[in-house]
This record gives sequence, structure tokens and C-alpha cells, in this order.
Amino acid sequence: MPILNDIKEILTGLSITFRHIFRKPVTVQFPEERRVMPERFRGSIVLTRDPDGAERCVACYLCSGACPVDCISMAAAEGENGRRYAAWFRINFSRCILCGMCAEACPTLAIQMSPEMFHCKRQVMDMIYEKEDLLIDGTGKDPNYNFYRHAGTGVVQPRGSSPGEQAPADPRSLLP
Amino acid sequence: MIWTATDIALMIGKIVLLYAIILTGAAYLVLAERRILGFLQDRIGPNRVGPFGLLQPLADVIKMITKEDMIPKAADRLLFSMAPAMAAIPAILTFAIIPVGAPLQLFGRQVNLQIADLNVGVLFFMALSSVAVYGVALGGWASNSKYALLGSIRGLSQLISYELSMGLSLVPVVMLSKSLSLADIVNAQADMPFIVYQPVAFLIFLVSILAECRRIPFDLPEAEGELVAGFHTEYSGMRFGLFFVGEYINIISLSSLASLFFLGGWRGPLLPPIVWFFIKVGLFSFLFIWVRGTLPRLRYDQLMHLGWKFLTPLALLNILVTGWWLALR
Ligand code: SF4
Ligand code: SF4
Repeated sequence: MPILNDIKEILTGLSITFRHIFRKPVTVQFPEERRVMPERFRGSIVLTRDPDGAERCVACYLCSGACPVDCISMAAAEGENGRRYAAWFRINFSRCILCGMCAEACPTLAIQMSPEMFHCKRQVMDMIYEKEDLLIDGTGKDPNYNFYRHAGTGVVQPRGSSPGEQAPADPRSLLP
Repeated sequence: MIWTATDIALMIGKIVLLYAIILTGAAYLVLAERRILGFLQDRIGPNRVGPFGLLQPLADVIKMITKEDMIPKAADRLLFSMAPAMAAIPAILTFAIIPVGAPLQLFGRQVNLQIADLNVGVLFFMALSSVAVYGVALGGWASNSKYALLGSIRGLSQLISYELSMGLSLVPVVMLSKSLSLADIVNAQADMPFIVYQPVAFLIFLVSILAECRRIPFDLPEAEGELVAGFHTEYSGMRFGLFFVGEYINIISLSSLASLFFLGGWRGPLLPPIVWFFIKVGLFSFLFIWVRGTLPRLRYDQLMHLGWKFLTPLALLNILVTGWWLALR
């Protein structure tokens, strides 16, 4: 009889839901309990420093160009040693969608995603983070990477002096 | 009977007390539903307002009252404002005939814990539940919106079909107790609750009251997935609140009737009668919530099929069998 089968199915469903009453709820009660996010979680954005403690960012505008919602803006400036830096650097977190495109585009690994995800503010203007708010003291991921050890040579160090780089050949010595 | 001042005072006291109990009960049933549904779904449910969320109903009421009371331009104003009351009043009126406990001795007289022991109690209940349909029907019609109208049409046909099987499932109870008065029905179950003699009638009644208070799996008049909110789509603020509270009062009243008709009402060993009554009503209310947390909504044709082709014939057959049994006994 199909009806008996239906009743059996209904009772099975009821028993399953009843058992769930005694399960531990999965709810995280947010302000009191906070989940620890995994290290590679794409949370809010930081600007990191190189292992020598200098700012990594060279104000190349690549992150700003990569950002799909156009929320990064900056102005480039040049230091006395010829090294470029961002005079100001601003991220509008009320627009940021935490997609990670900026971090992917960055050649110097300056801009990185951090696992911190709890930023909410009462005023929307407080969601605009300036360079001082973004800059951290550490290197973030990839602690040994320093852009100027691999590229940008001739600006802050003589050519051919970074590891893995050959000294420039003297073309005259190759002449017959 | 001559009404003395004490009688009148007692009566007013009973009415006020009952009112307070039902309204608080309905408010806390809403909270209980939200929390139990939460647990059923491995969530916690509202627990922020007060300890364990116990002040949540108060917060909800404040929210409802302070909301803007909107009446759509195209609506029929009079009917639109009357409909929520027409849904809630019959639900509250049903409590007039429900005995919540054994008669007490108070001030040297017998006090029935029942506002009116009508000798046509069952009929009174059936009549009220039919009147309650008008709230749904007129609410949907007066708001002049397609979703509301569809919802109220569904509500009408559903309530009419399930009213039938509900009434028929009560006939065996009346046959066994030989009375339409609820106090007599409870007294007739002194030895044995009727659920033992009438399991089929009990199941039919259970399904019908689920349909009667428009709960999942029979919530077609509201069907939020298809009809926005069905017959109360256009309602907001306290008018919506009245529909909402009416639904929960209905749950309580139908739960109490189910326990009166089939579980022996306030009768039970050891504990005082009122406690037994509340336990039984609580069990039925829990069942309502539990079913809501489990079953999906029926399709419209399935609903009609179940009502007309299955429950009604089964209830008729049940009456026949009960009649034979009573005649041959
Ligand atoms: S995470 Fe995406 S949206 Fe946010 S700043 Fe970077 S590129 Fe723009
Ligand atoms: S953060 Fe990276 S990509 Fe953006 S401007 Fe600085 S160096 Fe270029």
C-alpha cells in the first residue's frame, strides 16, 4: 500500500529532524566567538615590508589597474636614491570585494591579503583605509622576497650585484 | 441560575486570566517555534534579547506596533482592516469552551475552569473554525492583489475540504461520549482516553488541524515560495501581527482541542490537572513545530487528493465501524 510507505517516509523524516535537536549547533556567535581563519584566507588587505624593513610597494599602479571595482588609488613619488614609493595609498574597503586580484598583480608582493576579516564600521567614510592603516611591520607571506634583489637593479644597487645575476658582459672584450 | 456579584467577578477573572494566558502563550509559542526550528536545523535561533532570547516576543511586538500601517490604494479599506480581526477573534473565542482543568472549590462554590460549558461545544468549535475562513478569504480579496487573491482562494478551498474531514473525525468521539459538551467528553474519558478506541479518527483529526491552521505541509494559502506571502502579502505592521498571532493562537486552541478530544484533556495520574493539560497542549504544539521543520509543502492537487479521496472516505468508514461496534457491544 503506497499510503503505508508514505507514512513510513514521513516518520523517517521526523526521526531524522528529531535527532538533530540534540546535535551541537554549527552557529558561531559572532562578536563573542570568532573563527580563526586559515592562513591563506582572503581577508582584508595589508601592505607589507621587505626583509630589510623598507616599504615593498613601488607605486606601479598594477594593483589599481587590476582591481575590478577600482577601489585602490595612489600617487607615485621617487625617493632620493631613485626608489619609487607611494606618496599616498588608499583602499576603499566599502567597495573592495576581497577578490585578491590586486595581490596577484603585485610584482613586489607588497599588497597581500590577510586572514583578518572583521572590519565593519558605523560610518562608511571609516572604511577608507590610508597607507598608514594598511602598512604593517612584517613581511607577510614569502618572508625572504625582496624585489630589488631580482629586478630594478641599477637603481638601488650596481648592476650584476644581486644573487643569481651575472655581471654585465663587456661587449668590447668580445671583439676579435 | 441567578448571577451574584461573586459569580460575575469570578467570570471576569477567568476571562482576563485566560486572555493573558493565551496571548502570552501565543507570543512564547512564536519564540519556541523559532528556537526549536533553529535546533532542528542545527542552529541556535534568536537568543540575544534577554536571557535565552526570552524577551524576543516583546521586541517583536514593539517592532510590529511601531511599523507603518499601510493600506494599499486599491484595497477595500473596510474589509482590509476588518480581516485580521476576523481571523484572530474566532481563534480566541474557541477558548471559551475549553476546560483547562478539573472544577475547583473556591469561595464555597464550584468553579469550572472553563468559561462556558456549552451543550453544543463541538458544534460551536466547528462553526468558529468555519468563520475563521472569512479572515483569510476577505483579507486576500480586499487587498486587491493577485498573490493575495490566489492565496485566499487556496485558503478557502483547503479549509472547506479539511473542515469536512475534521468534523467527520469528531463524530466517533461524540458517539462514544454521547455528548457534544466538552466537559462531558473529558468526563467520558475518565477510564481510557479516546485515542485508544479511535486511533484512526485521531490521525485524521491531526492532519486536519494541521491543514486548518495553515501550517506546513498545508501552508498553501501562505506559500512564501510561490505567492510572496499569500493572503497577507499586503499586510504590514500590527495588522500582519494580528494574522500572525491569530495563527499561533489557533495552534494553541487546536492543540488543546486535540488533547481534549483524544488524550483525555486534563485527566492524568499524579500531577495536578492543569499541569497535565499544559503538558498535552505543549506536546501537540511541539508536534506542529516539529512537522514544520521536517516536511515540504504539498502541491495543490496532492492536498485536494489527500483531503477528498483519502481522509474524508476514511473518516466516513471510521464512523461506520464505530457505529457497528457500538451497536454490537
Ligand atoms: S581584493 Fe579585489 S576588489 Fe579588493 S582591492 Fe584588491 S583587487 Fe580590488
Ligand atoms: S602594491 Fe604592488 S601592485 Fe600596487 S602599486 Fe604597490 S607595487 Fe604596484
